[in-house]
Amino acid sequence: MKLPNFEYLAPSSPAEVVALLAAHPGEAKIIAGGQSLLPTMAFRLAQPAYLVDLRNVEGMNRIVIDDSGVRLGARTRWRDIEDDARLATAHPLLKEAITHVAHYQVRNRGTVGGSLAHADPAAEMPCIAATCEAELTLLGPEGERRMKAADFFLGPLTTALSDDEMILEVRLPRWPAQRRWAFLEFARRPGDFALGGVALYYDLDAENRACNTHIGVVGACYYSKRLPIAESALDGKRVDAETARAVARAASEEADPTSDFHASAEYRKSLVGTLLERALVTAAQRTS
Amino acid sequence: MNIAFELNGKPVEAEVPARTTLADCIRHHLMQTGTHVGCEHGVCGACTVIVDGDAVRSCLMLAAQASGAKVTTVEGLTPAEGLSALQESFRKHHALQCGFCTPGFLTTAHALLTQEPNADKERIRHVLSGNLCRCTGYINIIEAVCDARSAYAKSDPESR
Repeated sequence: MKLPNFEYLAPSSPAEVVALLAAHPGEAKIIAGGQSLLPTMAFRLAQPAYLVDLRNVEGMNRIVIDDSGVRLGARTRWRDIEDDARLATAHPLLKEAITHVAHYQVRNRGTVGGSLAHADPAAEMPCIAATCEAELTLLGPEGERRMKAADFFLGPLTTALSDDEMILEVRLPRWPAQRRWAFLEFARRPGDFALGGVALYYDLDAENRACNTHIGVVGACYYSKRLPIAESALDGKRVDAETARAVARAASEEADPTSDFHASAEYRKSLVGTLLERALVTAAQRTS
Repeated sequence: MNIAFELNGKPVEAEVPARTTLADCIRHHLMQTGTHVGCEHGVCGACTVIVDGDAVRSCLMLAAQASGAKVTTVEGLTPAEGLSALQESFRKHHALQCGFCTPGFLTTAHALLTQEPNADKERIRHVLSGNLCRCTGYINIIEAVCDARSAYAKSDPESR
């Protein structure tokens, strides 16, 4: 249905954005690509009185790759990540995960910051942020603060972002070239929300055993977070078929999806196990 | 609020409420009704238009967000006389029946082939997955887009 009424504001600096948010506490929402916000408004699940557009704020769509890792400006579009050839080595897990985000037309508008702020547990970017221990830079009236993804996601569509704060950028820590990884999803049609998905990476120690294991799930968790029990089932082990089955079983038990119209919680838990077992095989076979 | 942008090569202006989507601005204020509105929440792809070269869902973009942009709709793909190569290909391959979804498929395919003239069949299938068609079963649409690739391989836009 048609959008509810609102007042449209398009300031030109982050400071002005935050000032407008603070001037209308709880009544203003930031819009960038609008690919999650506008459907939400069309359904009347949100009716903000003010929309503060980031379109005139310069420099928020940069992808910076340096020794600290990959920094994505909040207004970076999925399309920008797809088009950036450096990311194939600088962060292959991100690059692969982003290929699963929505459809072609949505990918030309949707943004990293929008997805993080929307915090849909079925979305890829929150999963990657949580799995990779991303750090978000937030700006509020009191200035900037940094926050780990693990502290940012609090529940489905719920984050630690205050009403008067905006996301400036997200940093994914540096990606070692030898790292083993995989990202797998299952959806009925390409571009649909996945019924389930897994993000996995681990490093190898001197004895070829897995260490520093990170596992996250898409669409099969209450909110975007890691699966520490499954991770510790892999750490210190050689990645073989038996270990893969055990880790997959642990992840299946640890995942906490809800049932909905598309799939039951039991199905999603089972799917997480199946996908993670396949992901472990893929990651083990991957050579850098 | 007052919005000014370029629609199909011509400067246009409209006085619209802030909540007006680009789709409704094009249809109701600028009276270009080739762009169709299906679901109004970004799942069907019928309202796809091209903004600064990229295919976007015009129901998920505010008219205000198109200020200063170059917008192309299905009307802008059609030459003064006859049909474009892509449109001819749709006719040749029977890639439409009722035609409601067709403007969205044409704009999506045009943006894709302009940016990626060598897109393979798998890429085309993947991109077109963002557009729903309830008549054709998609096979003929995919054939039509694949067949139109040769027209985009040339760099001369006049040949399209």
